[in-house]
Amino acid sequence: MDCEGQKLAEQLMQIMLLSFAVIAIGAGYITASFQTMILTYAGGVVLTTLVTLPNWPFFNHHPLKWLDPSEAEKHPKPQPSVNVTAKKKFTSI
Amino acid sequence: MHSFGYRANALFTFAVTILGFMCALASFTDSFNSPSPSVQVQVLKVNWFQKQPNGNDEVSMTLNISADLQSLFTWNTKQVFVFLAAEYVTPKHVLNQISLWDAIIQEKENAKFTITTSNKYRFIDQGSNLRGKEFNLTLHWHVMPKTGKMLADKVVLPGYRLPAEYR
Repeated sequence: MDCEGQKLAEQLMQIMLLSFAVIAIGAGYITASFQTMILTYAGGVVLTTLVTLPNWPFFNHHPLKWLDPSEAEKHPKPQPSVNVTAKKKFTSI
Repeated sequence: MHSFGYRANALFTFAVTILGFMCALASFTDSFNSPSPSVQVQVLKVNWFQKQPNGNDEVSMTLNISADLQSLFTWNTKQVFVFLAAEYVTPKHVLNQISLWDAIIQEKENAKFTITTSNKYRFIDQGSNLRGKEFNLTLHWHVMPKTGKMLADKVVLPGYRLPAEYR
């Protein structure tokens, strides 16, 4: 999942859960059935899980552009210097 | 959102928090309910009235309890526990309360009832004070919600009297 996709997934999750909560409260209150509210909400949670949790393709519409391999060869990675001389001096307390 | 586990955790936590708010809201709607129960109790007959060998009075009676507790039920009610208590004064104790009968009502339809029964629990005094005793019959109810705080209330029916002599 790319960066844009992550943002989308998080927004989608929050909006979906809140909407299902509101729908569940409404359905439960109208039918005067606590069980209806709980079941509706549980269904909503499952649906939200299916939509936002797996790594669906539509979350990956703005993939990061990695550097092309041929370009990378032209600019080799700098090597760390061979003499690592810096040593910490411990002063006794 | 960086990994599957991160998203799963965020979703689950948010969902359960919202569930908590939903239950609090459901419990809050109970405050809009104004119950209007009605109760009548008759002592049809005193079956017997004796002094036990240990010195305590005991009375057995047949009661006719008629009540309409349907207005106590809301969508957030799990059950209503109702019991009938006899209350009287003795020289030794200012208040004596004895539970004579109780029931658990789980459905609104069953909350309107008339029942004729002898006392489910024994009416035994601590001592020998019951001859000619005036007592109240109080119907208590506890409304137990599916979520939230339990509500307890009662209605006092005064003016009952036990026989003057043992029989």
